[in-house]
Amino acid sequence: MATSITPAREDSPEAGELVATRRGRYHVLTRFDRRVLMLMVGIPLLLDVLLIWWPTASSIFLSFTNWDGVGSVTAQNFIGLKNYQFMFSGYTLFWPAFLHNIIWLAWLALIATPLGIFFAVLLDREMSGTGFYQSVFFLPVVLSLVVVGFIWELQFSPTEGFINNAFGLVKSGKLIDWLGNPRINLYSILIAASWRHVGYVMVIYLAGLKSVDPTLREAAKVDGANEIRTFFRVVFPVMAPINVVIAVITAIEALRAFDIAFIVNQGKNGLELLSILITNNSISEASLVGFGSAIAVILLLISLGPIIVFLSRVMRTTS
Amino acid sequence: MGDSRDQKILLPGTDIELPFGLDLSRRDLLKIAGYGSLAAFIAACGGSSPTTTTTTITAKGGKMSLGSYLSDSVPKKGLQDVVDAFTSANGGTTVKVNTVDHGTFQNQINSYLQGTPEDAFTWFSGHRMRFFAKKGLAQPIDDVWNDVKGNFTEGFAASVKGDDGHVYAVPTSYYPWAIFYRKDVFAAGNYKIPTNWDDFKALCAQMKKDNLTPIAFADKDGWPAMGTFDILNLRMNGYDFHVGLCGGQQKWTDPKVANVFKKWAEITPYYSPAFAGLTWQEAAQQLLHKKAGMFLLGLFVSEQFVASGNPDDLAQLDFFPFPDLGTSYDAEKALDAPIDVYMLAKKSPTLGSDTGQAKAFLEFMSKGSSQITYWKASPGAIPTANDADQSQYPALTKKAAQIVSNAKRITQFFDRDSRPDFSGPNSMQGFLLKYLSNPKGDTGTLQGQMQSFWDALPPE
Repeated sequence: MATSITPAREDSPEAGELVATRRGRYHVLTRFDRRVLMLMVGIPLLLDVLLIWWPTASSIFLSFTNWDGVGSVTAQNFIGLKNYQFMFSGYTLFWPAFLHNIIWLAWLALIATPLGIFFAVLLDREMSGTGFYQSVFFLPVVLSLVVVGFIWELQFSPTEGFINNAFGLVKSGKLIDWLGNPRINLYSILIAASWRHVGYVMVIYLAGLKSVDPTLREAAKVDGANEIRTFFRVVFPVMAPINVVIAVITAIEALRAFDIAFIVNQGKNGLELLSILITNNSISEASLVGFGSAIAVILLLISLGPIIVFLSRVMRTTS
Repeated sequence: MGDSRDQKILLPGTDIELPFGLDLSRRDLLKIAGYGSLAAFIAACGGSSPTTTTTTITAKGGKMSLGSYLSDSVPKKGLQDVVDAFTSANGGTTVKVNTVDHGTFQNQINSYLQGTPEDAFTWFSGHRMRFFAKKGLAQPIDDVWNDVKGNFTEGFAASVKGDDGHVYAVPTSYYPWAIFYRKDVFAAGNYKIPTNWDDFKALCAQMKKDNLTPIAFADKDGWPAMGTFDILNLRMNGYDFHVGLCGGQQKWTDPKVANVFKKWAEITPYYSPAFAGLTWQEAAQQLLHKKAGMFLLGLFVSEQFVASGNPDDLAQLDFFPFPDLGTSYDAEKALDAPIDVYMLAKKSPTLGSDTGQAKAFLEFMSKGSSQITYWKASPGAIPTANDADQSQYPALTKKAAQIVSNAKRITQFFDRDSRPDFSGPNSMQGFLLKYLSNPKGDTGTLQGQMQSFWDALPPE
């Protein structure tokens, strides 16, 4: 699989029509330039192949095996599509995990991201103390999700946690098991995830809002549009490139959701996510590397959607 | 492509096979990267190692390395004390200790043992030990065992044997699982130690009436529930069935398993509220602060009582064996008593030159005096050696040693007796939590899921 990408091919622009050959009258690029270019393209390409394409290909390859991570892969390890078959029909945690990722995406897309945009619009109005509010909302963004998970674990703990104690639930004995009740714990950690996501979206959107031409707003005002109408009919469409970035970020955050659930309880009991199933099956002591790889392949296929949207956008704006 | 997989290159002078072909795994790549340094190292060592052909298998002085999962401050200090004692007793052998966070060490054991592990490492007995022995990642230590086996009982001897009959580890400490309680709470409530299931349930009901959580329970970590499953299954269906279930010879769909869940449901109403969100430490606090009456856990629960800072708390801590269930298996007195061990990592790049020192360390660890040194700093587990000076044990430790020696059958705990891929968070731990979320319901579907998960696991 690795041989399909050969360096010679990637370097072939050298032989293209842009660069004059030895027989040509002039050289657009000197030999030195070409070497530098080859290095500049070659090194990133090599890293890309080595660090991204190679592991990806390995994962796909391993997903057809039952390799346990010890020794080398032998012919006996090949089990065809059994991993996939089991994942879709026998493994009771796959579809719940899939659903949890969908809920995660829906929550971020419908609640957290709009909230972040809303805050950005509010803060864009140059009210007093904007800087203070900005830093308050942005503070969680600089924390790693592991730390965020830990902070919220302390809030949500049934007997020792802040929330149950602050509302007197510990004293009255009507404990709410925020992290242990499989019906609500996903939403508990979504609150924790949103705490960070809102600030992230806000900052990006705020930066976008600052670049919107103020004359557009004035024109809308002159035409008699109110604030809400101005935002939805004028500002929002103008912000299209940022909106795409925000949408992609939201999708990626939902797909890579992992840290908080893993910190809380290693992603079980209602907190199963695709990324967690991959980790617990293949990287942990369990070492079902083949099965974990099969889940990873599915996650890769799902991820291709937002990646393609994002790339096509980026390509379009650069070309 | 299919044939190329089986081509191997044998690295000269080593028994390391270099997989050859296109389908190298990621791990293989890492290995190849490692071979360069390994080969250089072997060359540097020259033929110095095999020349020591004296009668003794150990060596003094020199150096060795030790990978340790004893990352909590209390056991970490205990290990340091033992290592220091070893250094001065063994002609100044320098021991490089690499301490890794306990959970991380466990999760990465697979790649650790295949990469560049230390000469010796801390680990568990049971299936977890046999697994790595079978995979050729642990060094057999029959010679060490021959020297020290007189210092251990039959049970310990059996616990360190691999499937091939060779010995792979030296057992150094163990702890029983039992029902812990506070003596003062029992005295104040006029509670009697229950010896059978009905008394146990009646006691729970009484405690509930007295506004006490009858049984502290915490399963956020996933594994504590396994302790209850183990003991119920052992007492209701016997040791042989339990071991068979852990090993896959028995089926999870067996009605015997359904009975265990049914029996378990009789005590789940007495558990701590919101137990699925509690850690065992938080549940131990409930027992410590007299909010809960009993707690089924390992002896390590005493750590929380030590940490409270009030010596009276530890003095009040006591335990009793799990009550009889009125089956023929009560007589087995079987219980979970996990054993912690030290092993040698076969792939350690330095083991070739340090074998003598590493074996001397294992022999040192098998001495009662060394184990007592460790135990003094970290008293949550009991030394395994016969010649350990038991006169220093406090009453709790003595009793713990007693309950284990009374047991006719000893298991290691579910996640040490069964396959690691079956006992993880997204397998057995998750299944048990699912059961606990609705213990009164029909468990047929759940049992079917357990069995189909087992059936889908690759052959070991």
